[in-house]
Amino acid sequence: MIGEGLQSTNQRKHSYVQDHVEVGFFTDPSVCIGCKACEVACKEWNHVPDDGYTWSGNSYDNTGHLGASTWRHVMFLEQDRPKGNQVAGPMGLPTDPRLEDPFRWVFLSDVCKHCEEAGCLEACPTGSIVRTEVGSVLVQNDVCNGCGYCVVSCPFGVIDRRPEPLHDAGGAFKCTFCYDRQKSGLVPACAKVCPTESIVFGRLDDLRARGAERVQQLQQSGYADAQLYDPTETSVRGIHAFFLILGEPEAYGLPPKPQIPTIYLKSAWTAAFATAIASIIATLVAFAFFP
Amino acid sequence: MTTDSPSEKRLEELREQAWKDGVIPGKGVDVAGGPIPRKPGYYGQPVVKPPVWTWEVPLYFFFGGIAGMSAVIASGAVIFQHVDLARAAMWLAAIAGAVLSPILLIMDLGRPHLFLNMLRVFKHRSAMSMGAWILSAFGACVVPGLIALELHAHQVFTGSFDQILRLAAGIFIFGSAIFGTLLATYTGVLIGATAIPAWFLHRTLLPIHFGTAGLGSAAAVLELLGHRIPALNFIGFYAAAVESALLIWLSVDKHGAADRAIHEHGSGWLIRIGEILNGPLALVLRFFGLVPLAAISFLLGALISRVGWIAVGKVSGSDPESVFAAERY
Repeated sequence: MIGEGLQSTNQRKHSYVQDHVEVGFFTDPSVCIGCKACEVACKEWNHVPDDGYTWSGNSYDNTGHLGASTWRHVMFLEQDRPKGNQVAGPMGLPTDPRLEDPFRWVFLSDVCKHCEEAGCLEACPTGSIVRTEVGSVLVQNDVCNGCGYCVVSCPFGVIDRRPEPLHDAGGAFKCTFCYDRQKSGLVPACAKVCPTESIVFGRLDDLRARGAERVQQLQQSGYADAQLYDPTETSVRGIHAFFLILGEPEAYGLPPKPQIPTIYLKSAWTAAFATAIASIIATLVAFAFFP
Repeated sequence: MTTDSPSEKRLEELREQAWKDGVIPGKGVDVAGGPIPRKPGYYGQPVVKPPVWTWEVPLYFFFGGIAGMSAVIASGAVIFQHVDLARAAMWLAAIAGAVLSPILLIMDLGRPHLFLNMLRVFKHRSAMSMGAWILSAFGACVVPGLIALELHAHQVFTGSFDQILRLAAGIFIFGSAIFGTLLATYTGVLIGATAIPAWFLHRTLLPIHFGTAGLGSAAAVLELLGHRIPALNFIGFYAAAVESALLIWLSVDKHGAADRAIHEHGSGWLIRIGEILNGPLALVLRFFGLVPLAAISFLLGALISRVGWIAVGKVSGSDPESVFAAERY
């Protein structure tokens, strides 16, 4: 579990790409310290350009959201709820409910979810977005022509088109799951640098078991609202980068029931074909009866 | 100073609002959130990404609709021996569909020089891929169709070669009509099958609206070019009637917070103004025989509502509560 240090799967060499093993990220906010090493490692390894310095005023989060030039994003949630069994308010004094001031500060490193059924991949008209041997979703930058359709097809709002004047502007970008590193048996940069193993990289089935165990452990420690965020019940059919969350997904900007937009195709095309036929009939009627 | 003076009351108000909302907006005070932010979602950040598309896209929807449905009118005109109308409609289809549409579509790309990559793959589950192929197939039919029709109309060749031209013109014009109906309607599927709530909640209305607006616009342009015949007038009536029905449908088919961009935001008015112009107003003008005015009203409405739908998508995609509300359906 947590604290395996150099023995953890985050530090070991692997051959998942060669062996076609499905891999994943399990991100656990209960041990995240909000250091943003994952953000820095991601930007440095992948040469993701600097997209400006802005002060958001949103806790310690000046990154904002995932996008074309932000592939890891540490969220800082401030909530008026207790964190586990923590005692809030003046310590050691006789408990007075009026002095209780429940507060928790939760950090969670957000990332592309690498969906089992990926909206961006289905939408891409150039075949630039592909599924890799390890089950991740990869954008081939040299193929992408920047049509922008993946941007509106991602149910998690992850992928975006990079604006001018940044390096490589015009194309769509998102987390690559460090596919280049994985091919050489290395672990993705963000997981490699995570000091508390809040981000764990490994086999997807192992991680899912580990996540379920961690939820149980936390619930026993008083984190009543700990749960896994892995929408396996929706048309997305599960995600390869899943999360443990405290509280409801909405607070993390995560959609509670994400759907892949291709489920809307049938009704939309039916309407399109009906309109096509109706237009032809209307035109023929016009010429036949109003010469 | 007494505690009930106006200035003290103002401070009381501020305190109450701060307690209630967790944040006080004010001139020169740019605070994103209080200690316990009460904005929806994560600091009010968008959950899905709003579209990156700019003005080229609604304009492409407009011209693509005109081009596609113009080819349908050309087919009808060919079948019923209106040769001049068929020629005008094919010119319109070629200029709007084989010149303007590809230019607008390529201009909208982030990397226009890679536009040919659209034709690397054929993906029936991607409306964008289907659209690229539909536009290509349309262009491949409408250009030879126009050339064959013009050569035949001017009797450039005689004898059996002219007969072959006549046959080729017929086949290509019929082909452009088939791909044309798809060109005019697929754009509704394109934005209907996305993660943007205001779009996917109206995915059945969108192709009907875009296709019918295309048909009415094609007839309107041809009428403004001087082809004042009863057949086009009937098509104008039909399109305006359907658009009027869609206006009613849109105002009844509300989804609360999920599509509030349409019903509560200013950009929704673009859609409604557009629908009034190409629906009831065009219908009334046509009823009173004011055909050119009806045609102009319809064209304006078709363009404005396209701009409105893209604008609404940007608002809806930026609104986290819309996404949450839509998922509760």
